[in-house]
Amino acid sequence: MAVLVYTENWDGKFKKLSFELVSYASKVAEMLGTTISAVSIGNVDDDELAKLGNYGASKVVKVEGDGYSSLDSQVFTNIIAQAAEKEGAKVVILSHNNNGKALAPRLSVKLKAALGSALVELPVSVEPFVVSKKVFSGKAAGNVALNTEVKVLTLAQNSFEVVESGGNAAIEAFTPEVGEVKTIVKDVQKQTGKILLNDAEVVVSGGRGMKSADNWGSIEELADLLGAATACSRPVSDEGWRPHEEHTGQTGKIIAPNLYIAAGISGAIQHLAGVSSSKCLVAINTDADAPIFEAADYGIVGDAMKILPDFINAVKEAKAK
Amino acid sequence: MKLVVCLGNVPDTTTKVKFGDDGTAFDKTGVQWIINPWDELALTRAMELKEDAGNAVSSVTLITVGPKEAEPTMRKALAIGADDAIRVNAEPTDAYTVASQLAGVIKEKGFDLVMCGIESSDYNGAAVGSMVAEFLELPSVSAVSGMSIAGEEVEMTRDIDGGKEIVSVQTPFVAVVQKGITKEPRIPAMRGIMMARKKPLAVVEPTQVDALTDFTKFELPQPKAPCKMVDPENVAELVEFLQNEAKVL
Repeated sequence: MAVLVYTENWDGKFKKLSFELVSYASKVAEMLGTTISAVSIGNVDDDELAKLGNYGASKVVKVEGDGYSSLDSQVFTNIIAQAAEKEGAKVVILSHNNNGKALAPRLSVKLKAALGSALVELPVSVEPFVVSKKVFSGKAAGNVALNTEVKVLTLAQNSFEVVESGGNAAIEAFTPEVGEVKTIVKDVQKQTGKILLNDAEVVVSGGRGMKSADNWGSIEELADLLGAATACSRPVSDEGWRPHEEHTGQTGKIIAPNLYIAAGISGAIQHLAGVSSSKCLVAINTDADAPIFEAADYGIVGDAMKILPDFINAVKEAKAK
Repeated sequence: MKLVVCLGNVPDTTTKVKFGDDGTAFDKTGVQWIINPWDELALTRAMELKEDAGNAVSSVTLITVGPKEAEPTMRKALAIGADDAIRVNAEPTDAYTVASQLAGVIKEKGFDLVMCGIESSDYNGAAVGSMVAEFLELPSVSAVSGMSIAGEEVEMTRDIDGGKEIVSVQTPFVAVVQKGITKEPRIPAMRGIMMARKKPLAVVEPTQVDALTDFTKFELPQPKAPCKMVDPENVAELVEFLQNEAKVL
């Protein structure tokens, strides 16, 4: 009755999110008194696969092939479902990222397994199996009982510590029935050299208070300095000042960085729904009564365009020390 | 091409959420209901595709799983422009049962393209759309932020971690859409509201499906510590707090 974790790769490599996921799966397996197997789809070197052992995977099931560089939701669902059956998995864990959101619900139906999604912590209990999740866009939390023999869980990014166990994983090749690929990929446009918003531990975000697209220089400079990703509020992406992928908030990206710096963002409830899981929130806004200060840990009342250059200098000075 | 948009009826985003029955059930007293924001984006894009004559979309149908109280939200969606609506007369218990009901109706009526929002703002499961696809054994594309139709083929922009892909899929299939799919959700116009009153809204009885999950308890978050204010003339202090107190820099 193993735990199976789906470890996605990016051009043959894993990233922090993969290790978070395996660390989480390892703790769930511990609660259940079982072991974890990881399933990898696509071409990943054995050296890279072996890394998963260091976070608790005792076995890695690899499904290699050239056709797996982009997601086909049916093909990937078939593969993971067969790996789950082969490993006798009682719990299947995926990331709550784009691919995880595409696959977990399909697996839930295919395996007739209850789904607990966007989790940020370990199950409340395993007998009965109860998980806690945020509901109403972060306004409350709810305990959900998963009442089936097999369960599917998705873990929100940056919500679980990476834990090294120093273990080793056995690697095993697996050739499942995959079915026909129906999603034809015509073009792939990858951002290079940029820190991805969902991966970022620090995020610098601008709102309408930044006045125009031309004033983003200081947001970008501070982000560079802090190794941060840049983000924005909805009006900013609606105005086209920034691309929609940077929109954080209810209908945009939901993120949980260690530090979120909101510059010129008033903090509408829809925005807070996307960022309230940040471990530390800094707000800079001219209006002392803006709702962002109710959600913030640290605040400065002032014009973000004047404060940001001071912030940049202060960080430079602190770094120089 | 027949389009169907799956529509959730959810509490208004600004609702102050309360729970009754010892914290085991959402208290609906005084709640304003709206179209789930992501489904509203899907509906808006569906209408744009229909209006673009070159795409030959013949109709846009709505399906909602919900009690009679969901009908005002459905009328609003009809006012935005959908041609007709079907309500499955059941309380939406969990994503699995909702998706199963939706899939049943979709299979019976026959549609070419199913559009769903990626998430709902009440239980945030991000599950229904892809579950519908699995029930129907159809392809699904998730995180769709752009969509156009050329013949039987639908071309989409799909967001991936670190970029975008342009993908195409032959109908029938399920598109699970998100932000970017359209510029802004549509607001019904007076003419649309008048017309919506006369549009067909069929009610069908649910099939028997058991939920796989249930909420056993809800909790409101603990009040957080007040915000620590820093003098705008002394930003260095903020940096010090972030380094030494919050330890995030």
